Amino acid sequence: MTVISSHKDTEALNLTIVAEFDASVERLWQVWEDPRQLERWWGPPTYPATFDHHDFVPGGKAAYYMTGPDGSKSRGWWQFTAINPPTHLEFDDGFADANGDPMDEMGITHGVVTLEAVDGRTRMTTVSSFESLDQLEKMIEMGMEEGIKEAMGQIDSILERSSVEADR
Amino acid sequence: MVVDELSDAEVDRLFQAFADATRRDILARALVSDYSVSGLAAHYAMSFAAVQKHVAVLERASLVTKEKRGREQIVRVHLDGLRRARRLLEEYEVIWRQRVDRISDILAEEEGKSPS
Repeated sequence: MTVISSHKDTEALNLTIVAEFDASVERLWQVWEDPRQLERWWGPPTYPATFDHHDFVPGGKAAYYMTGPDGSKSRGWWQFTAINPPTHLEFDDGFADANGDPMDEMGITHGVVTLEAVDGRTRMTTVSSFESLDQLEKMIEMGMEEGIKEAMGQIDSILERSSVEADR
Repeated sequence: MVVDELSDAEVDRLFQAFADATRRDILARALVSDYSVSGLAAHYAMSFAAVQKHVAVLERASLVTKEKRGREQIVRVHLDGLRRARRLLEEYEVIWRQRVDRISDILAEEEGKSPS
């Protein structure tokens, strides 16, 4: 297992994922630094991400879009609020309209990434903090593989049906 | 009660409710045992009226309801809002697990190649 732990905070609305990789800290840093590598893993194969701008410096911005199975594009922007190579970066991640202009009313996700060497491997800790449930839901729509989304939808309807029954 | 999807306004109220440390504490207490508003007020260095206002914000977000018991109003937590937050975070966790797998694939792919 590459993911070694996760923590969900439903009150602060954030998610922490701790994963370990068989590679150096410097190599892991590249998957964030190099937009061609980043776009190979940020979006799922059914919803690939394309970074057409990636200014990987403190205060720098990135612009990306994710292409859905029907060809529709969802745009987003990042702003790197901290970059300390090769161990720490922080960024704001927001939605953008068709022109690439930020739609801040949709909410901004803050990401904190920490890389550290542990026993010859690299441990990556990512913390994603959200402002609202609607924003989180939209992020999920943009980032999830189709099959899994359908499965989740089915689980949802089962849960909702059972909670409706329980509340009666 | 039928559980419907939340409107934007409801979601805003939910997050306004979560944004305050006292309100989060009130929720945490009310989750584990029965408290009246005055019982809650005893825990905080603020007026009864201030605590009552916090409870009202939680009520507007549909996170709690007040239930009359004798002369007291018992604050009860509604779990539906919390449940939705947990479910969405679980879905987002799936996304991150997939990302981690894809990063591993990229790293493994290079291991196979001779270093250039």
